[in-house]
Amino acid sequence: MNIPEELRYSDDHEWVRVEGGEAVVGISAFAVEQLGDIVFVELPDPGAIFGAGDAFGVIESAKAASDLLLPVGGAVIASNPALNDSPELVNDDPYGEGWLVRITLADAAQVDTLVDTLKDAAAYRAMIAEE
Amino acid sequence: MTREGELEPTIFDLSERGRGGENVAPAGSDVLTAIPAGYRRRRPAALPELSEPQVVRHFTRLSQLNYSIDTGFYPLGSCTMKYNPKLNEHAARLPGFARLHPFAPEQAAQGTLQMLHELEQILCEISGFHAATLQPAAGAHGELTAMLMIRAYHRDRGDEGRTEVIVPDSAHGTNPATASMVGFTTITIPSAEDGSVDLAALRGALGPRTAAVMLTNPSTYGLFERAIVELLAATHAAGALAYMDGANLNAIMGRFKPGQAGFDAMHFNLHKTFSTPHGGGGPGAGPVAVGERLAPYLPTPRVLAEAAGYRFERPGERPTAIGRMSGFHGNAGILLRAYAYIRTHGGPGLQEVTDDAVLAANYLKARLGHAFDIPFDRPCMHEFVASAASIKRESGIRALDIAKALLDHGFHPPTIYFPLSVEEGMLIEPTETESIETIDAFADALLAIAAESHEDPDVVKRAPVTTPVRRIDETEAARKPQLRWQPELTNSKG
Amino acid sequence: MPYGPHTDADRERMLATIGVATVDELFADIPVAVREGGLALGPGEPEQLLMPALERLSARNDVGRVSFLGAGAYRHHIPAAVDEIIRRGEFMTAYTPYQPEVSQGTLQTIYEYQSLIAELTTMDVVSASHYDGASAAAEAALMMLRATRRERILVSEGVHPNVREVIATYFADRFALETVAVGEDGATDLTALQRALTDGDPVAGVMLANPNFFGILEPMADAASRAHEAGALFTAVVEPTSLMLLAPPGEVGADIATAEGQPLGMPLQFGGPYLGILAATQTLARQIPGRLVGSARDAEGRPCYVMTMRAREQDIRREKAASNICTNQALCALAATVYVSTVGPEGLRNVAAQGAERARELEAALATTGVLRTHTGPYLNEFAVDVPDAARVHADLLRRGFVAGLQLGPAIDDERFRDSLLLCTTEMTTSDDVTTFAAAVAATLAEVAA
Repeated sequence: MNIPEELRYSDDHEWVRVEGGEAVVGISAFAVEQLGDIVFVELPDPGAIFGAGDAFGVIESAKAASDLLLPVGGAVIASNPALNDSPELVNDDPYGEGWLVRITLADAAQVDTLVDTLKDAAAYRAMIAEE
Repeated sequence: MTREGELEPTIFDLSERGRGGENVAPAGSDVLTAIPAGYRRRRPAALPELSEPQVVRHFTRLSQLNYSIDTGFYPLGSCTMKYNPKLNEHAARLPGFARLHPFAPEQAAQGTLQMLHELEQILCEISGFHAATLQPAAGAHGELTAMLMIRAYHRDRGDEGRTEVIVPDSAHGTNPATASMVGFTTITIPSAEDGSVDLAALRGALGPRTAAVMLTNPSTYGLFERAIVELLAATHAAGALAYMDGANLNAIMGRFKPGQAGFDAMHFNLHKTFSTPHGGGGPGAGPVAVGERLAPYLPTPRVLAEAAGYRFERPGERPTAIGRMSGFHGNAGILLRAYAYIRTHGGPGLQEVTDDAVLAANYLKARLGHAFDIPFDRPCMHEFVASAASIKRESGIRALDIAKALLDHGFHPPTIYFPLSVEEGMLIEPTETESIETIDAFADALLAIAAESHEDPDVVKRAPVTTPVRRIDETEAARKPQLRWQPELTNSKG
Repeated sequence: MPYGPHTDADRERMLATIGVATVDELFADIPVAVREGGLALGPGEPEQLLMPALERLSARNDVGRVSFLGAGAYRHHIPAAVDEIIRRGEFMTAYTPYQPEVSQGTLQTIYEYQSLIAELTTMDVVSASHYDGASAAAEAALMMLRATRRERILVSEGVHPNVREVIATYFADRFALETVAVGEDGATDLTALQRALTDGDPVAGVMLANPNFFGILEPMADAASRAHEAGALFTAVVEPTSLMLLAPPGEVGADIATAEGQPLGMPLQFGGPYLGILAATQTLARQIPGRLVGSARDAEGRPCYVMTMRAREQDIRREKAASNICTNQALCALAATVYVSTVGPEGLRNVAAQGAERARELEAALATTGVLRTHTGPYLNEFAVDVPDAARVHADLLRRGFVAGLQLGPAIDDERFRDSLLLCTTEMTTSDDVTTFAAAVAATLAEVAA
């Protein structure tokens, strides 16, 4: 299963990619496999502010629904507009075109927090191996 | 005009301008002049135009694509798909009942008011409660009614901090959804190993914030809660009220009365226990019975019996009432069907219903135990859980595949993947109106599918092949929802 | 047991297979302390005896009078084909279509229902059905709260009082619910509406009924645009047959439409089972509670139907579901579908038009007896009149064989309408009914005056 090395992962199977003062968030290939075919993604409007661990949206397959939990706090800059018409992008390309939201990190210190609280690829692989 | 391969064109595709409509007399003058110009409809409604014979043939053909109680065995756990007596349909259509306006003067409505009053008394006797409301239109509507009453009860006592509702993980989804609708937070507790509510977990979750505990008894595993006395005592000791989801009442009539045992409220599903037809999803009726503590909060208006006859409560007559749950008086026509069913059976007949339902479920469980996992192996009530977990491990065949294969054997499948906590679960409820021959034939079909799962799993995975349509692509339907007919869809091809 | 198939031998065989001696043993899990020994109900009554008993009970209801009752439930002609279709066991005794392969009949009829109602209301998305018009309105109010994340709803006094009470009961003081008064003309006071929208907390939604409870036509488009200007949503509560003549919810800019669907082929039946119609614009599609059916394709590409957008519902979403609704009124939705298909657009328009015609005849005939309308606004087929001593007039007319509509005062507990009667006509009202009723009213008034 593809678990890219350069990303950080939450216990709830979201991934985070830090790009300067911003972060891009999506769900891992493991989460996608668990959910099955994604039929709908509900994402927040730009400007919405969330704390770490807050539910920022919902992702649905034909027969299941899960809250999306933000691994780090911040303000939403953009939600992936393509998912409205093509939720299957999450299945097809979870780390690329299937990204969910881009947020502004509240401050630079968060980058360190990220490293501390989130798993690296190896630790995440170990976690999902047990599930 | 039709889509290639479709079983029956839509009513819109059958339409031809200028057909039909002769069953209504024409209007004389142009009434539009009486309607101010700005208030009139601009674009005419493009409703289908058909002759009556076309309409009848269309819907008759559609009906033949359905599975139903009248055509076969329907062992849907938790749904109590028993035979729906024809007498009840006859009763509902008697002109005195069918033509009665909900605002008819009370003196002109004594027959229906008497029926409603008697039904309330009967439901109280069956459930061991003090009073009941007949207004809720369905089980979930009854749950909502009860939670609103429980909320009002705590508020009246100044006990505003009670905002949590405890629900076992095996509960129907309506339980937590109802709690949310009333503004309560749901606390889910896991089941114990033997399928019972975990008494220790309940005690741990109970506290000064608990408004109510919602229990289904027998549970959705088809098991009677052996520690029911302790569960209720713990609930009340914490100052919370106990609510019973009455979906499984068919298992306990004459043998257990929730009100007597200490529950504070429960709802009935008249479309389960009391045989009113499911109608492809409704209408049902979900009366709620309560103990003395909650009786002041029952929705208004209740039917009162007085020397001069039956009457409704007047507005404001009982200020503690939570209000009104129905535009009028609930699904009176459904209540009437249930009333007829109960009178047909009487007290002894209803207990026999329960005994035969439990007997049939245990018999079917005994017949299947060799081929399927039975997670909770003790006497079940009116339904039981079987699991295809071992079959899945050995052959890759899931409960879903078994359900679809049953369709090819001419049977409706049981409820699958509920309760959620059982892996590859199948909740099976044969009911009391199925003959031993039918139950045996169903058991034989399941055993044959279990055998086939090991021998030729691909055949099972391909099922169903004999049904009007094959397995459906639900993902694509949900990604691009088409929720209404539109002209441009007519010519599209798959 | 009346419908039980088991012989004693069958029962013995089942017990033997289970491995118990008696049925009682199967109930061993019930603690002794709470075990019951039967029901204190009488013996069962065989069909031969029960049927005449039910017929006698039915005869205790008097449905023989000429009735001018409406007020939210309407007497209409129901083509014989409607009941013939819905009585078919394949429809009536089927469960919710969770197994679509063997439920295409139910699924396609729900799809057709959604399509017909969408066309009639000019809305985009229609739910498979709700309990009744009142619960549909309550769900609409909750939708407006969810969609705007605001906590205040304005409902016109012209919305049926029972519907308003159901909404208030659902709200249970958790959200602000305010009533906007109707004026002398019987229509919602738009100045009062504007004031309520401007002052106080932000408004999530506004709800008006058309025709309203008093039978009066409302300025729906004006009210909708005022709501939208304030950032609020607008719900139109409508009467389905009237939509052939009156501007439908979509044309007036409503975000949500609800209706009591009973006039579309359901008997009066003392208030239920009826049909809660709930429709919305595409924007609000995912906020709609309850089941939805969509078109789909099977594994071989064959067009078919399936319940869709399921993850919104309680069995999957549990405490996060939009609503707890499960069982709905599917068979009533089928009745509406067959009804609309059978009468067609021409017939449905004639149903609405005949009722409106009779109402104008009634207004004129009553005016000759000195009985005048309570309100001045335009109406369709229902209006209130003022009489001296409504209680006595109503009772006296009952003795003369007429149900003189609804006594408004006691029905809605409002002293202002103590002497008002709400009268309704439909295509079932004949011109002769109108004439004889007016004559009876004249005779009654003479007696009351004497």
